[in-house]
Amino acid sequence: MEPLTWTGTMGNTLDPILGIAATALIVTSILAIVVSFFTTSERVVVNADGTIAAQPGLGGLLTKAQTYALWAVLATIVAYIVTGIVVGWQGGGIIGGMVRAFTPVWISLVVLFVVSFAFKRKLGLYGKLFDSTIGMIGFGLVMFWVFTAIWSGVFDLISTHDPLSQVSGMKNKVPGTPYTGDEGEYPFYLLGGDNLARDVFSRMVLGSTIVMQIAPLATVFAFMVGITLGLPAGYYGGRLDTILSFLANLILAFPVILLFYLLVTPEIVATGLPNYMALALFMFPLVFAGVLINSRYRTQPPTRNLYLGIAMAIGGLLYMSLIMDQSSQIAFFRLWPGFLDLFDIPGQVLIVFVSVVFVNSPTVYRIVRGLTLDIKTRDYVAAGQTRGETPWYIMLWEILPNARGPLIVDFCLRIGYTTILLGTLGFFGLGLPPESPDWGSTINEGRKLLSVYPHPAIAPALALLSLVLGLNLLADGLREESLRD
Amino acid sequence: MAMFILRRIGVMILTALCLTFIVFFLTNLSPNLEKLAKNQANARMTDEQVVSWLDNRGYSDPVLVKYGRWLGVLPHYTREEGGEVVYSRCANPGTSLEEAGSFCGVLQGSWGWSTVFQDDVLSILAVRGNATAWLMLFVMLVMVPGALLLGVLAGMREGSKLDRSLSTVSIATTATPEYVSGVIFIAVFASSAVGLRWFKGTATSAIDDITFANFTLPVLTIALYGMGYIARMTRASMTEVMTAQYIRTARLKGVAFNQIVLRHALRNALIAPFTVIMLQFPWLLNGVVIVETLFNYKGFGWTLVQAAGNNDIDLLLGVSIISVVVVLVTQLLSDIGYVFLNPRIRIA
Repeated sequence: MEPLTWTGTMGNTLDPILGIAATALIVTSILAIVVSFFTTSERVVVNADGTIAAQPGLGGLLTKAQTYALWAVLATIVAYIVTGIVVGWQGGGIIGGMVRAFTPVWISLVVLFVVSFAFKRKLGLYGKLFDSTIGMIGFGLVMFWVFTAIWSGVFDLISTHDPLSQVSGMKNKVPGTPYTGDEGEYPFYLLGGDNLARDVFSRMVLGSTIVMQIAPLATVFAFMVGITLGLPAGYYGGRLDTILSFLANLILAFPVILLFYLLVTPEIVATGLPNYMALALFMFPLVFAGVLINSRYRTQPPTRNLYLGIAMAIGGLLYMSLIMDQSSQIAFFRLWPGFLDLFDIPGQVLIVFVSVVFVNSPTVYRIVRGLTLDIKTRDYVAAGQTRGETPWYIMLWEILPNARGPLIVDFCLRIGYTTILLGTLGFFGLGLPPESPDWGSTINEGRKLLSVYPHPAIAPALALLSLVLGLNLLADGLREESLRD
Repeated sequence: MAMFILRRIGVMILTALCLTFIVFFLTNLSPNLEKLAKNQANARMTDEQVVSWLDNRGYSDPVLVKYGRWLGVLPHYTREEGGEVVYSRCANPGTSLEEAGSFCGVLQGSWGWSTVFQDDVLSILAVRGNATAWLMLFVMLVMVPGALLLGVLAGMREGSKLDRSLSTVSIATTATPEYVSGVIFIAVFASSAVGLRWFKGTATSAIDDITFANFTLPVLTIALYGMGYIARMTRASMTEVMTAQYIRTARLKGVAFNQIVLRHALRNALIAPFTVIMLQFPWLLNGVVIVETLFNYKGFGWTLVQAAGNNDIDLLLGVSIISVVVVLVTQLLSDIGYVFLNPRIRIA
């Protein structure tokens, strides 16, 4: 079979159009910036009949041209996607094949955007996101990878080959090489083979699953730790604040990579240290939930006991399943009865998770502490104190909801940062097993032959870049929209 | 001011002690020591042999005692047989037992012996640190002016076309970690697949001779990641200054726009970025480790990876002292510099 070209026959018509549109966009963007130095933005012209009109001038003209060029580029990209879904690799080459493989993701994205757009006025801050172009682009990129992770991880729909199987004759093959293995499989390696003859495209797709499993959850845990410690430190101040801030600065002064190299090694896993750290760090969400419910329903003991009981039962079971490990070397971690141990997390994954939470929580702590210091001087806090509310009620139900804006923005940025950290760990071959398809490990493997065969490293690098860029743009859009209130 | 600096230095020393103790503790956990013993003596040692090897070299003592010895406040481990000293930790290969003193810790200037490079830790760090200092110097030369220019241009007219484009550029650079941009740079500018071959994909030769071809890509890779962040901080500071009363006064007075930016706004807008630049050092350290590994530049970061990968305890401790001190000193300098630059802040 012939190797695939990048865009196949659909490229014959679409490639020149994209080329023209993209050139137009670049030229108009540069011109618009250059012209903005020399002309004023808008001029008001008084007509002879006494009416006035705004004259956009050269700058306005260029802005209009730029908008049209942008729409042309976007329309061409949509055309690529639609054509690709219809014709697949037969008519669309590598791009067509990939677009066809991602069909479930496109459908989910379209549904999500249509529904969100229709109800955007009823959806609060989330709906307002759809007013900002930057925010929408970011949200689209993030949701693309979220849906990819879901559809490939849960339903095994997108990847074309097994990410671990090695096929003879496919080693270091360029993108679009015909598959030499069994008949009936997908007939191409869309993005080529790596140096162990595995499919780069499938590994990239399944790598998103690993990132999506660890990064958001680790960020949530870091926020729980940071909030649970930051609120009292800011609210009470004094010695508690001094000690906690010293500890936070201590961790922050530690070079991240050194910490990872010390923590994420098989020797450290053997000592059980990650389990002890998990024991301490995973306690915080439990404490957080307990205090949250207790402070809210303190005055209605029956309701309080019911909610607290339910939360603690579920949380406790999850907590114990998380930290207890029936195959652990240390007797303490085998205490919990096996039938109640719902799942075991492999030691290597646990240590990656714990160290990422550990590195992130001091920064969250500092942000929450700063926000608390600011908000606790407000009148509604004083009103709460006068009403005789408990300190924890004020912290969790008065201060925290009012600090949500900056925290949501930081949450998005921090998921991106966590993704970068996970990639760094993979890049140094720490933590996750070397055959794991996560993006960092794949980049690490690909970099050895980078100057001869760049494609195995480029694909995961671009995937990681687009996800983190999406999260950053999303955070930027959220910040702008929340400031507009 | 003197009190403030003294107190900060006190906290700094305490932090450094805590951090080195954590590193010491983690590297001296029993599985690590077992690995060390097997590396040093014989990979097929039995458990008893490992224990006796460690015992004979003083590794089995309590961790606080070992830390005190390493620091140089406790006399170092010596083993006597029949009243005669037969082993002293202070005696590096090549020095006799009599010459070795009884104290040999960090405070005495003896940073130990690297088991990977078979050399004195301090001299390794001097050579490698020098190589990294050159890298840092070029990174700073590219990053700081670039970032300040981006930030000032974006911030002088908030919401303009230029601002939007430059802000997107800075977001894009902060979203590109070094291992991604490095890989892309090598693939585009150094690989035979694309065929540009403008630069070299490795910086190994830059240790002896820094050239444009072998140093551009590593420097750009580190500089880009930090640049976006500093540029965004500069932009925020610049937009804040541009809305200040005295800028409006200058405008109403009829001062030309470029004069306002250069003479009135710039000086006040550059106070905040100064601290940000100083606080970037810990992140640069991160980038240095990644880039030196990617481009095979044998500097400080490369040494860290080698030391950590081979559990070279003394070298790893030396590396961590240097990096912790760099981080803490830059924090202190940023605080002091902020006070000097900003006359509105006075610390008694």
